[in-house]
Amino acid sequence: MGVIKKLPVYLEHFPGGGIVATSLDYVLSQSQASSIWYLLFGTACCAIELMATGASRYDFDRFGMIFRASPRQADLIIAAGTITKKMAPRLRLLYDQMAQPRYVIAMGGCTVKGGPFYYDSYAVEKGIDHIVPVDVYIPGCPPRPESLLEGCLTLQKKIKKQKIGDWS
Amino acid sequence: MEIAGIFKYLYEKLASTGLSQAWVDIISYSVAALIVFGFLAVVALFLVWWERKISAHIQQRFGPMRTGWHGWLQTIVDMLKLIQKEDITPATADRPVFYWAPIVAFVAAFMAYVTIPFGAGLIVSDLNIGILYIIAITTFTIISLLMAGWGSNNKYALLGGMRSAAQVVSYEVPMVLAILSVVLFAGSLSMVQIVESQAKIYQWYIFRLPFGPIAFIIYLIAGTAESNRTPFDLPEAEQELVAGFNVEYSGMKFAMFFFAEFVNMFTIAAIGTTLFLGGWQGPWLPSWVWFMLKTLALVFVLMWFRWTFPRLRVDQLMEFSWKFLLPVSFANLIIAGWMKYSKWFNW
Repeated sequence: MGVIKKLPVYLEHFPGGGIVATSLDYVLSQSQASSIWYLLFGTACCAIELMATGASRYDFDRFGMIFRASPRQADLIIAAGTITKKMAPRLRLLYDQMAQPRYVIAMGGCTVKGGPFYYDSYAVEKGIDHIVPVDVYIPGCPPRPESLLEGCLTLQKKIKKQKIGDWS
Repeated sequence: MEIAGIFKYLYEKLASTGLSQAWVDIISYSVAALIVFGFLAVVALFLVWWERKISAHIQQRFGPMRTGWHGWLQTIVDMLKLIQKEDITPATADRPVFYWAPIVAFVAAFMAYVTIPFGAGLIVSDLNIGILYIIAITTFTIISLLMAGWGSNNKYALLGGMRSAAQVVSYEVPMVLAILSVVLFAGSLSMVQIVESQAKIYQWYIFRLPFGPIAFIIYLIAGTAESNRTPFDLPEAEQELVAGFNVEYSGMKFAMFFFAEFVNMFTIAAIGTTLFLGGWQGPWLPSWVWFMLKTLALVFVLMWFRWTFPRLRVDQLMEFSWKFLLPVSFANLIIAGWMKYSKWFNW
């Protein structure tokens, strides 16, 4: 990744290099946005909606999104469901195991801010942004598959605006 | 329009330039390797997209739709993304073994194409031990899976690698016996001669009753098991092993395993076409079109298997190979031998 990050800097020195760099930017970010592989990770009822979104009626695969079981190959972690205090370190571990351009979607009320039912529970983490950086929040209990798809399209928009070297 | 003529013309042009024979060989073989490599890269890209579309339509979905017309750019986009991903080597991994495993998988998948005839005269090298060479080389894939399993220093990866080694060793035997019955009839191990012995459609080995169809089915089952695809995909069973031998691989190394897997599937289909379906022979169309049509039809059958069958258990897998396929393929070989030497069936 190091070389690709420095590529625009080298390209600037050649005549017309700027055009190449910007179109390279476009192609690379577009390709990142069009093939988001998400991690199989579901902790509560939101996971059922996540599965429904992957199945035939809503179909994640239309946007090039397929699931990967291994965090090493995943780009996106959809935190679907209540994250308890006990689960929180595992979520962080999974996030740390993912390869570098990585994104997080907080799906459902529990992951956004503790949730409508567990807001006063001592065992529930009040929002997963205490543990991992979140890119897109999707409220709802649980959110319908349409809102999850909308959240993924929002994430695509975010990725498409990135330049080379913006990756966290 | 036959492609072989163009290559022959170019080779003769090269030979007439006055270079020494060694240089002519080096140049022509390197060019042939590059052409086969380019062809396989395109085939692998196409097959990944095709598999996603077929799986989607079997499950009443659409599959990739947003990247290009019906998502035809999807695999290219996936590759571009995988290039950008971080290349992780786990801290506890056995570094050289971990590094070389995808390369061995890649090379093993690629080497089998030396002796596969893509059309009349369209073969890199017509070895007189062609099919033996292919069986030997494709088994190298297992070494790469074991290397990946061992080098990752991860329990799931190791279990996946060990499972695939056990699986391939047991399915190699019925597969070779099924191939042997064809070799017995053709009287040669050379791929070109096997194809030429099936000149008429009733001479195709799949139509030689009673041994042909049985040998073909055994070959297809064992081939599915060898390429680690779904009724036999225990090495990468998601529910038990996360992702199998490639759990720890990210980015381009994972893409190389992916490439090798799909090229292996194409190899299985190509060998099946050559041995049982008359290879590149067929009326009206050019020979390489026939080869591609038959091979892609077989690839479709393999994909069809994958998305309609549930996975076997480990003990069922082993029992199926040793207690059912192996005796049947032995009996089949004996029948084939008897047919060959009693003159009744020699058409």
